[in-house]
Amino acid sequence: MTDMPIPGTARPTPARRSSLIEVDPRTRRRNAAEKRFRTYGAVAIGIAVVALAVLLATIIRDGSGAFRQTYLSIPVTLDAERLDPKGNRDVAEMSSVLTLAYGQVLDTALDQAVSGMDLQIQGLTEDDIDGLISREASAQLRSRVLDNPELIGQTVDVNVLVNGRIDGYFKGRVTMASAERDSNISPQQLMLADALAERDLLVTRFNREFITNPDASDQRPEAAGLGVAILGSLYMMLVVLVLSVPIGVAASIYLEEFAPKNRLTDIIEVNIANLAAVPSIVFGILGLAVFINFAGLPQSAPIVGGLVLTLMTLPTIIISTRAALKAVPPSIRDAALGVGASKMQSVFHHVLPLAMPGILTGTIIGLAQALGETAPLLLIGMVAFVREFPAGPPEGLFDPASALPVQIYNWTQRSDPAFVERASGAIIILLIFLLCMNLLAIYLRRKFERRW
Amino acid sequence: MPMSWALLVTLLLAGAGYLVGRSRAFSSAGADIRLMHSRPTYHGASVALLTVAPALVVLLLAAVLRMSGLLAADTAATGIAVLIAAVIGLGYGISRINAAFQARNAVERMVLTFLILCSMIAIATTAGIVLSLIFETGSFFQKYSWHEFFFGTEWTPRFDGNSQLGMLPLLWGTLYISFIALLVAVPIGLMAAIYLSEYASPRVRSIAKPLVELLAGIPTIVYGLFALITVGPLLRDAIAQPLGLGNSASSVLTAGLVMGIMLIPFVSSLSDDIINAVPQSLRDGALGLGSTPSEIVRQVVMPAALPGIVGAVLLAASRAIGETMIVVLGAGAAATMSLNPLEAMTTITVKIVSQLTGDNDFSSPETLVAFALGLTLFVITLGLNIVALIIVRKYREQYE
Repeated sequence: MTDMPIPGTARPTPARRSSLIEVDPRTRRRNAAEKRFRTYGAVAIGIAVVALAVLLATIIRDGSGAFRQTYLSIPVTLDAERLDPKGNRDVAEMSSVLTLAYGQVLDTALDQAVSGMDLQIQGLTEDDIDGLISREASAQLRSRVLDNPELIGQTVDVNVLVNGRIDGYFKGRVTMASAERDSNISPQQLMLADALAERDLLVTRFNREFITNPDASDQRPEAAGLGVAILGSLYMMLVVLVLSVPIGVAASIYLEEFAPKNRLTDIIEVNIANLAAVPSIVFGILGLAVFINFAGLPQSAPIVGGLVLTLMTLPTIIISTRAALKAVPPSIRDAALGVGASKMQSVFHHVLPLAMPGILTGTIIGLAQALGETAPLLLIGMVAFVREFPAGPPEGLFDPASALPVQIYNWTQRSDPAFVERASGAIIILLIFLLCMNLLAIYLRRKFERRW
Repeated sequence: MPMSWALLVTLLLAGAGYLVGRSRAFSSAGADIRLMHSRPTYHGASVALLTVAPALVVLLLAAVLRMSGLLAADTAATGIAVLIAAVIGLGYGISRINAAFQARNAVERMVLTFLILCSMIAIATTAGIVLSLIFETGSFFQKYSWHEFFFGTEWTPRFDGNSQLGMLPLLWGTLYISFIALLVAVPIGLMAAIYLSEYASPRVRSIAKPLVELLAGIPTIVYGLFALITVGPLLRDAIAQPLGLGNSASSVLTAGLVMGIMLIPFVSSLSDDIINAVPQSLRDGALGLGSTPSEIVRQVVMPAALPGIVGAVLLAASRAIGETMIVVLGAGAAATMSLNPLEAMTTITVKIVSQLTGDNDFSSPETLVAFALGLTLFVITLGLNIVALIIVRKYREQYE
């Protein structure tokens, strides 16, 4: 009876004008808020996707030039008097001839080619003409002649690299206006380059040397390549693969299948979770302090890089391997134990093969992570300028080498803008490697994935 | 290389031991396999393992001795020692074989020992990190006062000694950049996760989710180059110079923005898991009372998921603080303390890299300070991770 209105105080409730056809203001407000919220979400996704697109687009825009390179092809008379003064065609004697002599031979050939063309370029000096050729070109010619001494005395067609600025001119990086202000290049040289290109003597074609050549010095961006870096990264991945997979799988098997629940295994598990979140640069400090300072391993060696990256990827591999082992249903283990297998046999003969696809996927993803890692490698001296290819494994693991991401960092630190193009090109190669690894992981997962 | 020869011979011996052990076990049982405790292959394996294990132990011992300087780098002698150990192991293994020998148990014990040793490597790594950091930091504090390191506001390392190595400007730069990164990553990542889990159709989800996660697979050096050649000059020309706030392409804002982009997938995939862990019954209840989907997210899902999301943000913060390549390329090297986000500042990780690359002199405080910085970084990130894990774990217990 408490609900009954007290007589005399009851006010007539105002008739609520609610309608199913007409939306009241409150609902309208709520619906608008709903729409707004939804838009925020779509915008967030949009920002992420646009960021990804812009990132990839700028890298490809800046880096695609690295895969094309301008070459000068001219006939060169290999003057026997200059290149082989004794006339024995003996490689040992010829090696004493300096690269400088080959540079002079090239210069003469280019001067002749240009003077035969009857060009009208105001203020074109001989230095301008000689400056067209890359400083690396004479070394290339020298190694070609030393490989093949019979060439001396003949007139051969050679393909040599041109100066990085001229190369940049054909890629749009250098213009007439910028050449005016640049002490390394003059507008006359660009005009000459145009004239040569018209006669098909300067051609821009695919740059295979970018992938196979070693790094080159600060003055010769046109000759810089990724050969040593790719090989160094390959060696490191080899070390990581050989060490981290057996160790990671063994550790996960113990923790997942055998470990008793006690204080020690608890500590190990917390440890692994924490190690996975330790900043990568701390692993670099560890590598410097333990592997280089304490153990006395050489700096810049792929073995040290591989060891550091192994320690870094181990938690990733352990976590994914444990997930794969956990996904194998207990009935498999029970069945094996039921027919008389030991615990060890049930794990190694039945659980492990069934978990293998998951383990493989996790391993590949861990390797991909290690391949792109830069910071720890900086601390163990991989930034050094390395031009020599390391020897074959196992000795080569101790030779100085570079690594793909470190080479990229190295190039970003140089002043010539041509190195920005090289760095972006190297990133394209790095991303292609990562893409292949991830596609392989996805393929393996699709192919072997099993639902229990 | 006598070492690799010794290893090769050891492996050959192990292979031979396997064959010998197997046939010997078979013949010792009078060719009647039913009389044996273990199958012949286990006998073979036990011999092989007994050959390899002592050789490896000797090898490791020699390596440790060489590192501690007690042994010259005489690989021929160690190679012979390795071989002797292998032969002794082989002999012992073969002598143990008879029909009653429990070879399977022996092999399984050895394998289990190997598994345990492998799982100890995680502890060894942590111990290695902590010990090397503490050891070198200790010798740094003998040369430089800890008080000035932690509370100094000047960072001017000099090669002639007499450097000011105060950490505060670096810490300020680190925190400022991380703050901007989180300011970018947390709203975008969170909204992306909400949209993907609550609104997106399965088709959109199957396209957008891998795209967002692609951002996580890109190496940080790529983001660094992006900051250096694209974002930095853009911000300088579009904002800093017109407003007169600075002329530097590398700035706190550059590094923070790019790092924020890098962290978006990290935040979004963590919060996606957390949002999906909120029971459907809560959503259904709210929907039944007439809520709109956004009201469900804001008033039901978010409060339930909040501890987990706080944990995710802390994890992202620890990532941001420890990030190196983006700040090396995007933030600059000037150790200043200022509020202007368009000014170049520097971080702990940048200074670790700059103090430890090139020629190091491990007796000067200018080099050793990197270890003290590393220890500080390690402690900060470890603390954040532990707090985050505790929060996440506590929250998960609510629904299980």
